Amino acid sequence: MTLLNIDNLHVKLEDEDRDIIRGLSLTVNPGEVHAIMGPNGSGKSTLSYVLAGREGYEVTEGSVTFKGEDLLEMSPDERAAKGVFLAFQYPIEIPGVATMQFLKVALNAQRKARGEKELSTPDFMRLVKDRAAKLNVSQDMLKRPVNVGFSGGEKKRAEILQMAVLEPSLCILDETDSGLDIDALRVVADGVNALRSPDRGMIVITHYQRLLDYIVPDFVHVLSKGRIVKSGDKSLALELEEKGYAEFTQDAA
Amino acid sequence: MADIETIALVKDIDVDKYKYGFTTDIESDYAPKGLNEDIVRFISDKKNEPAWMLEARLEAYRRWLQMDEPTWAKVHYPKIDFQDLYYYAAPKGSAAPKSLDEVDPKLLETYAKLGIPLKEQEILAGVRKQGEKSELDEEGNEYTSGKVAVDAVFDSVSVVTTFKAELAKAGVIFCSISEALREHPELVKKYLFSVVPQGDNYYAALNAAVFSDGSFVYVPPGVRCPMELSTYFRMNAKNTGQFERTLIIADKGSYVSYLEGCTAPTREESQLHAAVVELIAMDDAEIKYSTVQNWYPGDAEGKGGVYNFVTKRGDCRGSRSKISWTQVETGSAITWKYPSCILRGEESRGEFYSIAISNGRQQVDSGTKMIHLGKNTSSRIISKGIAAGRSDNTYRGLVSAHRKATNARNFTQCDSLLIGDKCGAHTVPYIEAKTSTAQFEHEATTSKISDDQMFYCMSRGLSQEEAVALIVNGFVRDVLQQLPMEFMAETQKLIGISLEGSVG
Repeated sequence: MTLLNIDNLHVKLEDEDRDIIRGLSLTVNPGEVHAIMGPNGSGKSTLSYVLAGREGYEVTEGSVTFKGEDLLEMSPDERAAKGVFLAFQYPIEIPGVATMQFLKVALNAQRKARGEKELSTPDFMRLVKDRAAKLNVSQDMLKRPVNVGFSGGEKKRAEILQMAVLEPSLCILDETDSGLDIDALRVVADGVNALRSPDRGMIVITHYQRLLDYIVPDFVHVLSKGRIVKSGDKSLALELEEKGYAEFTQDAA
Repeated sequence: MADIETIALVKDIDVDKYKYGFTTDIESDYAPKGLNEDIVRFISDKKNEPAWMLEARLEAYRRWLQMDEPTWAKVHYPKIDFQDLYYYAAPKGSAAPKSLDEVDPKLLETYAKLGIPLKEQEILAGVRKQGEKSELDEEGNEYTSGKVAVDAVFDSVSVVTTFKAELAKAGVIFCSISEALREHPELVKKYLFSVVPQGDNYYAALNAAVFSDGSFVYVPPGVRCPMELSTYFRMNAKNTGQFERTLIIADKGSYVSYLEGCTAPTREESQLHAAVVELIAMDDAEIKYSTVQNWYPGDAEGKGGVYNFVTKRGDCRGSRSKISWTQVETGSAITWKYPSCILRGEESRGEFYSIAISNGRQQVDSGTKMIHLGKNTSSRIISKGIAAGRSDNTYRGLVSAHRKATNARNFTQCDSLLIGDKCGAHTVPYIEAKTSTAQFEHEATTSKISDDQMFYCMSRGLSQEEAVALIVNGFVRDVLQQLPMEFMAETQKLIGISLEGSVG
C-alpha cells in the first residue's frame, strides 16, 4: 500500500492570501527515499510543517493521505502515533526536561495512543542505550535538558536518536545537514541509513546536494515556487549542483 | 485565531472535575456561629487548656479587634463576615482514639478517597514502601523511601497519630498541639508565640485567639528525626474556618523534615483558612518544611474556593542553624502566604523554594521574607510562578540585612511562566540592606510556553495536556528536586491535573 500520497496540495499561511505550496503532488511508497531540493522560499519547510501538522497553515485545495487515512484531519500527536516523524531544522529547547525523560514520555505516549503497553524502564533503557551508542550520543547528553546548550551537531544527532527510538514509518528530514561539519554529517547520515528499511519511507529535504552523497535517494524532486518542477533519480541532484537552481526555476515561472 | 482558541479552552476548564469534592457525613460538634470572648473561652474549655493559654487567646482576640484586615496584597475578594463563621467543629467521638479501630470508618474512607501522597494503608500499617524509580537511574536502583509518620487533622481535631512509639524511642515528640498543651505545657509555653506573636498581623491574631488544633514537634539535642513527619489538613464542615497552629522546635544539632499536605472538599461558600506555623532552629539544627497545597480553587467563575491566609515563619535562633521552606501551591481561590526566615544566629541559613500554580480565577500573592540579623548569614530564594486561565500570580518577597548583619548574602531567582494571554504574573521584590557588606543578587525572568515548544512536543506524540505538563514540570524542576523523594512523583502528577485545559 502507498505510504503517503499528496495530491494537488495548495497551502497558504492562515493570515496571508498568497499560496506557498501551489499544486504539489507526491507519492511515497514504503522503502523509498525521496529527496526534495529547492532554493530558499520554494516551500520546503512549509511542506514539512504541513505534513507534521503545525498550526498556522491552511490547506486551500488538495489532499494528503497517509496509510489510506486523511492525514490533514489528524492532530500532530495523532500523526506521530500513526508513524509520522519530522526531524526539525531548528530543534526546540525544553529547559528542565532531560532528553532521556523526553524520549520515554514520547515513546510511551505513542504506544498508549496505539493501544500498546508502555515500555518498562529497563526495556526502555536498553533500547535507548543501543540506539544512542550508534549515534555517538553520550549518557551525559541524555541527561541534559532537551536541546538546551547542545551544539549544532548534537541537536541533529539528538533528532535522529529520537527517530531511531520512536521508529516511525515516515521520516521527514528538514535540512538535517544545515550547520553540520563533514564529520557530524557522516554520523548523522549513518544513523539515517541504518533506519532505511523496506517498510519505511523517507523524505529528505535539503538545499545542497552534499547530504545526498551520504544518504543516497531513490528519487530526487526539484521544488520551485510551491510546485515540483522536475523529478528524476539521484543524477538529477548532481545536475542541479552543476547548473544551479536558476535553470529550473525559470521553467516554473 | 490562537487567541480565540485560548478563550474557548479556558472556558472549558472543568473545575467541577476537582477530584476531592466530596463530603464526609460525620456528625460535627460545633461551637455556635460567630466570634466573641465566649467562643474563645468555649474553645479553650473544650480542649481543657491551662489558664495561661486562655489568657493568651483572649489577649490575641482583643488585639485582633483593634486591627484592620490587610489590603496591600494583589488579591480581590468580597469582605469576609467574621461573625458568619463557625470557629470550632470537631468530628464527634474522635477526640482521643487509641488505635485505628477506634477511628470512624467514614474518616478512613475519606483518607482512602484522598488516595495519593498519604498512602494511608501502607503508612498507617507501618509498611516500608518502595519509592518511584528515577527515570535517569540506569542501574535500575530503587529508592527506598523512609517511613512517614502521619498526624492527620480532620477539620480541627487531630485524630490519628502514628509511629508515636518509635518517635518516642528517639525522644522526638510529635503530637497534636492540644495534646502538647496537656503533656508538655512547659515546652509549649516557652516557644509558642515566640516567632509569630499574638499581635503579629490580622490573621495571625485571629488564629491565636481561636486555633483549634495543629501539630507539635520537638526534636531533642543531637537527634536526627528517624522519619519524615507528615500532617494532612482537610477542611470538611460547612462554613468553618480552619485555624491550625503548628509549632516545631529543633534543639541543638538536631534535624527534622516535615511535610504538610492539604486538600479540601467542594463548598459553595468560600472557606477561610488562617493557619500559623512557627519553626525554631537552635544551634546547628536544621528544619526542612515542605507543603503541598491542593485546596479547592473555586469554580470557573471564581465562586467558592478556599481563602488561604497563612503566616509561616521560621526563626534560625542558633548559630549555623538552617531552615528550608519548600512549597507547592496549586489550590485555593486566594493565597496570601509568605513563609519567612529570621536569620538571627551567626552563619545561619534560610531557603525558600516555591512552585505556585494558578488557573481559572485563582489569585496568588505569595513569596517570602529573609530577615538577616546575624553575621555571615545567607539565604536563597527560588520561586517559580505559573499563571494560566484568568488567574493572577504575584511573587512578593523581602530580603533585608540589619546593620549588624555583616556579610549577609542572598540569591533570589524569580521565574514566571504564562500560559495563554488572559492571566497575569507579577514580581514585587523588596530589598533593604543596612550594611554595605551585604551581597544581594536578584534574577527574574518571565516567559511563555511557546507555540514552537508545544508543536515540538506534540510532533513527538504528546497530547496537548501532556505537553503542557512536561514543559511546566521542566520549568519547576529546580524546586521539585527539593521535595522529599516519595512526594516528587505525586507532585508532578498534581501539576498536570492543575493545568488541565489551560492551553490553546
